[in-house]
Amino acid sequence: MSTKRETEFLADVDLSREKLINRLFYGLLVIASLFGLVMLVLLIADVIWESVQALTNFDIDIGHFLTGTSSSRAEQAGFGASIVASIWLMALTAVLAFVIAVGCALYLVEYAPENRTTRLIEANLANLAGVPSIVYGLLVLALIVNDAGLGSVILAGAIALALLVVPIIIVASIEAIRAVPSSVRDGSYAMGATKWQTVRRVVLPQAMPGILTGTILALARAIGETAPLIMVGTMLHATRYPDGPFASFSAMPTQIYSWTYQADRMFNGLAALGIVVLLTFLVAMYLLAGYLRKRYEADGGSITNV
Amino acid sequence: MSTETQSGPEISGDDSLEAAHEKNRRVRRALFGCAAITVVTTLAIFLVLFDNAASYFFGARISEVLFDGDSFARTITFTEFFTGTRWAPDHSTPAHGVLPIVWGTLAITIGAAFVSIPIGTATALYLSEYASTATRNRLKPVLEVLAGIPTIVYGYFAVSFLTPVIVGGIASNVVNPAGAWLDSIAFLAPGLLEPAADAMMSVSVGRYSLLAGVLVVGTMTIPMVSSISEDAMQAVPDDLRNGAYALGATKYQVSLRIVLPAAVSGIFASYILAVSRAIGETMAVTLAAGFNANLTANPFAEIMTMTAYLVSMARGTSAVGTVEYQSLFAVGLLLFLMTLSMNLLNDWMKRRFQEEYR
Repeated sequence: MSTKRETEFLADVDLSREKLINRLFYGLLVIASLFGLVMLVLLIADVIWESVQALTNFDIDIGHFLTGTSSSRAEQAGFGASIVASIWLMALTAVLAFVIAVGCALYLVEYAPENRTTRLIEANLANLAGVPSIVYGLLVLALIVNDAGLGSVILAGAIALALLVVPIIIVASIEAIRAVPSSVRDGSYAMGATKWQTVRRVVLPQAMPGILTGTILALARAIGETAPLIMVGTMLHATRYPDGPFASFSAMPTQIYSWTYQADRMFNGLAALGIVVLLTFLVAMYLLAGYLRKRYEADGGSITNV
Repeated sequence: MSTETQSGPEISGDDSLEAAHEKNRRVRRALFGCAAITVVTTLAIFLVLFDNAASYFFGARISEVLFDGDSFARTITFTEFFTGTRWAPDHSTPAHGVLPIVWGTLAITIGAAFVSIPIGTATALYLSEYASTATRNRLKPVLEVLAGIPTIVYGYFAVSFLTPVIVGGIASNVVNPAGAWLDSIAFLAPGLLEPAADAMMSVSVGRYSLLAGVLVVGTMTIPMVSSISEDAMQAVPDDLRNGAYALGATKYQVSLRIVLPAAVSGIFASYILAVSRAIGETMAVTLAAGFNANLTANPFAEIMTMTAYLVSMARGTSAVGTVEYQSLFAVGLLLFLMTLSMNLLNDWMKRRFQEEYR
């Protein structure tokens, strides 16, 4: 009945042209989306290729590489001292950042009144998350390393990394604490528990898996951070095993940096091997976080269903 | 079983009730202390950077003047700092013009934006409008991996692959032949074309180049653009899309003319975040773009960003009190203020975005 009007309506639309444009646009989007994927594959392939090259061309003993200390001579250089320094850094960073971050998150969710101070703290968190990591290094260099006279030690590096990851852990913790249903809190209060008893014995245990997941992911970011540690003043070579928080050090990423920076091909090969070790740590941490999240979801489900 | 009455000490009497209240108050104060530390951190960044930067400009730290009775003596003028075109505070004939390293940072940032913004936006559009759920669930984690790789690894990637293979390949297979071709037709306008042809034929790539820095920083900021933009696009109500389809719009028209404009403030916020990251990015640009404070836009030349300067000085562990040490804080303060203004802009955009779509 309306065929005439329909053809008139579509008279100026060239359908095949529209189809072509749609196809071209779709193709463009797919190619753009693949760019990131291609770069990732290239990056991983490059690191593996260089590692294999290093192992075959320079006769590097993996055992010595994993346990030895670094050296200005590529033939003797190992990664062990850097690995140990990074583990020290992780542990100290975790302790420093965890307490502050969870405390702040608990305050914001459970205690903070709706006022200007609270809004200031929240706005400041967004700002802190955007501060370049090297600036935290600069802060610790001036305040802790030089003014307070601590020197370029592991503890100073850990303080810089802790400042860096605190905002990340806070955001994750806030989410985890908010996810605890208010009925659980009410139940606790009904039993006569005080606010702190409720928070410590009811809210925190339930939020803990989520908080730990966030903390592990934040530490995975910290373990790869190079710039703040260089600003704090790490050694160029991890020439000895660190024996405590007050030892000078070169962590995994800073050791990789100093090897990459060398023109000598063998040092570049060592850097590739170091990257493989660093990425292995990262993957392990991501897997752990994923495992925790999975378990948490299973547990959390049963609790919220009550 | 009910014989085991566990009466907690907290509810057994008035004294312990008061004690419990007191404990609650102490806990509350301690938790507030934790929250306050985050604000103190920001204040400390400001104060420490200003304090130390003052010694670069005025010869004494503000704290030394206030507490030790030192006095200011103007050493480096702001005019010299902001308008000088040579940056070499550690040179035997020192120069304190910050422009070359600010330019280095801007060149990397602008270049990286040309990589990450179009690619990131297109990726977000694909994920939000075109991809099936299965594809999206596979592609998104890959992009997150891209964001989770340490920047030092990107730096290594630039040194061992991007610079020699990609940038070097472009130079020797594209620019040099193009220069040779230009030379063959240079007789058309010798005065204009010959210098250009010579310049293009002589392009070679060293260990560092601006282009490598741009590529690597652009790549690592793609996930920031794509994931935040995708969230913004997902927040666009389906009614808008359906309305457009009902009027006869095609998918591409819906994507470009409905979804993109509707999500624009969220998308812009993601651009600002990516730019802010690019400004503060350190290890990848240091290893890819180099340490030569150079006012050039030549993509094959070595340049130096502000962050690369900080790294190069810290690596030499300059002694406290020297001009080089003080200059770290002048540059650091400038860097912090640049990213702070970006973050405030981003915050403002995000608030606008939330108002529109809640």
